[in-house]
Amino acid sequence: MGANLFANYGEAVAMILFGIGFGNLLLQSNLIKKIIGLNIMDTAIYLFLAEKGYIAGRAAPIVVDGVQSMEAYINPIPSGLVLTGIVVSVSVSALMLSITIRLYRRYHTLDLDEISLRLKKEGL
Amino acid sequence: MDFVQNFPAVSILLCLFAGIISSGLRKKAARSVNIILILIVTFLSVCTLFYTMGTGEAFVYVMGRFPAPWGNEIRAGVLGPLMALFFCVIMLLSLEGGRKKLVDEVEEEKTFLYYVLMDLLLASLLALIYTNDLFTAYVFVEINTIAACGLIMIRQNGRTIEAAARYMIMSLLGSGLLLMGICMLYDLTGHLLMSNIREQVIYLYSAGEYRIPLLVTIALMSVGLAIKSALFPFHAWLPDAYGYSTVSSAAVLSSLVSKGYILLLIKIIYRVIGFDVFYNSRIIDVLFAFGLMGMIFGSVSAIRENDVRRMIAFSSVAQIGYIYMGIGMGTQAGMTASVFHILSHAATKSLLFIAAIGLTDVSGGSRKLVELTGAAYRNKWAGAAFTVGSLSMVGVPLFSGFISKLLFSQAAVQNGTKMLPALIVLGISTILNAIYFMKTVIRIYTPVESGKYKGIQFMKMKRYCLTLVCFVALNVILGVFSQPIVDLIEQGLVMFS
Repeated sequence: MGANLFANYGEAVAMILFGIGFGNLLLQSNLIKKIIGLNIMDTAIYLFLAEKGYIAGRAAPIVVDGVQSMEAYINPIPSGLVLTGIVVSVSVSALMLSITIRLYRRYHTLDLDEISLRLKKEGL
Repeated sequence: MDFVQNFPAVSILLCLFAGIISSGLRKKAARSVNIILILIVTFLSVCTLFYTMGTGEAFVYVMGRFPAPWGNEIRAGVLGPLMALFFCVIMLLSLEGGRKKLVDEVEEEKTFLYYVLMDLLLASLLALIYTNDLFTAYVFVEINTIAACGLIMIRQNGRTIEAAARYMIMSLLGSGLLLMGICMLYDLTGHLLMSNIREQVIYLYSAGEYRIPLLVTIALMSVGLAIKSALFPFHAWLPDAYGYSTVSSAAVLSSLVSKGYILLLIKIIYRVIGFDVFYNSRIIDVLFAFGLMGMIFGSVSAIRENDVRRMIAFSSVAQIGYIYMGIGMGTQAGMTASVFHILSHAATKSLLFIAAIGLTDVSGGSRKLVELTGAAYRNKWAGAAFTVGSLSMVGVPLFSGFISKLLFSQAAVQNGTKMLPALIVLGISTILNAIYFMKTVIRIYTPVESGKYKGIQFMKMKRYCLTLVCFVALNVILGVFSQPIVDLIEQGLVMFS
């Protein structure tokens, strides 16, 4: 198992990063840190996909010099998935940031727990 | 290829286009576009439903011109159109019931955005129902989340923004896990289309290869979708999101959005992983256990709540627990009961939210249970509707809740090992349900002297009352004519795989 882990170090790193990002998104109370966690988590997934799609010694699937053999290129689908995923995570980050700005304007803090405390005090 | 086979794809595209067009329209026009859209989609779903009932088998619609392993597909059996039809009806009624509140609570120049979000939400729900491609499902899960977040936030006050932030955070954790699961499954099988993945999973499973990665994948996807649909330990965001958003949003969120994710999970169980592989993975026991806990803890939290909207929200946690308990039983009967409960809970919970708003409106806008004393006399229609909803939730015969409880207990009896815990918890949960719902019903029918608050006449709110009547009728139809629907669900589940 140790040898496998070493051979696939890219995937192992991706998993560790995923854990870090997940933990940050879940446990941090600061909203900006949460968003950073979210981005680390998403990027880790893209790293994982890219690692899985890469085949050593082959090039990106762009036909140049008329080489059309399948053996010359890496798997293009993970790259496509990464692109789609990036679009999704950009829009989600933008939405989270806009929510953060609204909360900051109202309560002048980025701490989600403190905001909840104040809301309880307001008793809305 | 028959003409009807285009309908599922057309209905998804129509919703997306309606959303885009509405963003450039004025408020009234956006509203009309939304209503017409829902009616059209309802009609298309009915056609598709009758078509698939006629042919007796699911059909595959190829998007674009790329055949199976490469292209994107839509697949519709009986269950898909049935759910689409039902979701459309609930969405239409929820919007109609909360229309007046929407005008009061949302800024005038932002109302058209509400309809844009609704169109997109419907598009994503339809796509989740019909798609046969895992990655497409993921993308529409995210669209669903974003639209739902907008629906919570459109009523601007501190509470809703905080609720939206919490909702987004939990949802993003869930979709992160789901995406990781999908990526791993792609790496294991080399496919993104559900049917192709299934073939490879069967092969891997029978060859005994990649046992642990497959288990991890199933776990990641189940937990991700469980987080998103607010299964018990992940429900912290739910009461605020349902309790403080505008009432149509609350009804739509509780009855449709969380159900969309559960349907996707059922689809993954049947069409991607395969029922037997999923059953042998033991993840199913985890879902069962958390479902049972949700049934108890959701109800206990609801009893302790003295805000009527939050009480109904906590009751949703318990009902989601029921659905996961049914899935967790690991039998066909349990799954049928779960799918029926999706319908029954959607019909009842939206009715309760819409009726509750009628009651709070005649109590000076206060949502505290104490203030609601006698509210049913001030607004007779909302009072009666709330009573019907409560009785249905508790499980009184004639109403839909009874049938789902009956199906759950039948499924439990057929299951040897899980019978005792399931039946005991069903019993306890029914009593707990009765405690908080009957407490509320008794309170709203307790007469008060001298009118502190004024009552309201039927003539002043005809459309609201008619909506409530429709909701009640839907509930009674589900409760009385349940057998054809249950047969349809069983037939649909067979076609699903």
